[in-house]
Amino acid sequence: MKALYNEPLLELQTPEGMAFSLPLAGPVPRLLALWVDLAIVMVAGGLVQKVMAVVGAFSADAAQGLATVMYFVVSLGYGILCEWLWQGQTVGKRLLGIRVMDRDGLPMHVSQIVVRNLLRPVDMLPAFYLVGGAVALASQYGQRIGDLAANTVVVRTRQVTPPDWQKLLAGKFNSMLEHPHLAARLRQRVTPVLAGVALDALVRRDQLEDGARVELFRELAGRLRGLVEFPAEAVEGLSDEQYVRNAVEILYRSR
Amino acid sequence: MILDLQRFLETARPVWTALEKDLDYLENDPDPAWDLARTEQFYRLYQQTSAHLAEVRHLTAERELRGYLEQLVARSYARIYVRGKEKSRGRWWQWFTAAFPAAVRRHAMAGVLSVGLFLVGCLFGAVALRIDPTAKGALLPFGHGQQTPTQRVQKEMEDQGKKISQARGRFSAELMTHNTQVAFFTLGLGMTWGLGTIVMLFYNGVILGAVALDYIVDGQLVFLMGWILPHGSVEIPAILLAGQAGLVLGHALIGWGNRLPRRLRLRAVLPDLVTMAGGVAVLLVWAGIIESFFSQYHEPVVPYALKIAFGVVQLGALSLFLARGGANESSL
Repeated sequence: MKALYNEPLLELQTPEGMAFSLPLAGPVPRLLALWVDLAIVMVAGGLVQKVMAVVGAFSADAAQGLATVMYFVVSLGYGILCEWLWQGQTVGKRLLGIRVMDRDGLPMHVSQIVVRNLLRPVDMLPAFYLVGGAVALASQYGQRIGDLAANTVVVRTRQVTPPDWQKLLAGKFNSMLEHPHLAARLRQRVTPVLAGVALDALVRRDQLEDGARVELFRELAGRLRGLVEFPAEAVEGLSDEQYVRNAVEILYRSR
Repeated sequence: MILDLQRFLETARPVWTALEKDLDYLENDPDPAWDLARTEQFYRLYQQTSAHLAEVRHLTAERELRGYLEQLVARSYARIYVRGKEKSRGRWWQWFTAAFPAAVRRHAMAGVLSVGLFLVGCLFGAVALRIDPTAKGALLPFGHGQQTPTQRVQKEMEDQGKKISQARGRFSAELMTHNTQVAFFTLGLGMTWGLGTIVMLFYNGVILGAVALDYIVDGQLVFLMGWILPHGSVEIPAILLAGQAGLVLGHALIGWGNRLPRRLRLRAVLPDLVTMAGGVAVLLVWAGIIESFFSQYHEPVVPYALKIAFGVVQLGALSLFLARGGANESSL
């Protein structure tokens, strides 16, 4: 199914000239994180009420006053404190794997954390974060008003692990390697784009539907066969996918 | 040319593993006791990984590997190029007594504009009520439109503060939190290019102007001053300071007379905005205490002269504080 919302990227460049990108958090994880945080603030507010009920035994007025002030401090201070201590994350953001960062990809200063949280009431206008949500959807980097003022963005923090290439390339017996001169010719004739697509296809084979996978490997095998013709005994009985796998091993492993 | 992936991985993977280990360490301890050699080693790992990313980007179409390396480079970049810490504004007492008034003075023009807008609102409220007394219900909040000032004064004198004395704590807390919310909201509306802040300042002026005229016309000027001045001499300036901060924010957003990009203009004013917001919150806590525990007591419990004198002295002290506080500390 095609995604309804494509998460945009924040493109950055280091002073050494290296470009990299950070995946911006989409509206759904941000909304879910907000709900988690709201629930935590509400639970904390409930706890404050319970504690103040004890104080109320001595002075009901003082207890009500303290409860009002403490709830206000908790609701305002929760986001500020969490984002300060956890480098841009609240409990909700941690759970949803997102983080607030400076727009330049750097950690935030305290003033940025305070301002983006102080401006929350403006984002909440007129209700249910409608203004903030609309501004975030319209903004290039998904920034609500508080983010625009504080120059911050919300990014995904999902840890990416490198694919297990050794396992991928450690194929079984490769009959095509029995013909080193043809293997060398294949390396010489293949374009980097075709090699890359073949490699990608193998990495993603489990994500493809059966019909699409068969069609893709038939197409790739056809193109690779067109570059170099291996003897019949070397490719006899090889499926299209195994043919592509053998070719990729030739292309991407040490000679 | 196609990357020899196996050889590439054999040489590069140890570098990535070492960098990842350093990053995990740094993310738990952002200020490690590393010597120069250790720091240089981390920087070299970052440079090598950046070079690997460049190789992978140009030589293969592999997205997973690229994503992994981009993540390593991004995490390293955030550690290496972290901006210097914001200039310290001292401990909390120094921050309030010196950094806060210094920040207010740095944006004096916005302060003048904030006061001006509020006064225009006051004038409008007074004139509107004078021209159309039937608008009283619409102009005056908190049920003031339902009774004449003389009726209210009569009630307050009969009550002698008994009603408020049963809920002073709650009332004080509600005043503090409500006024602080209004102040922060007024500041935040600076993001509407200052228009929302202007409306808030004008609207608050309209209310005060209408209330003042209502009491003056009804011959209750002394009561009005005794009621408003003790807390209003701090509360109203605090709202005006929040408005000032909102106008500073709006100005940074619009960028009149400043050719820097918007985000740099905003970044430049953020520390002052936070300082002003914090100072305003402290003032409003004080105003909430005074309003609940002092302002609401009228004659014969507390003489009006005493209340008015208190308010005038407090206003003078606040003005002096904002004008001179931290003037000798240029580093703020």
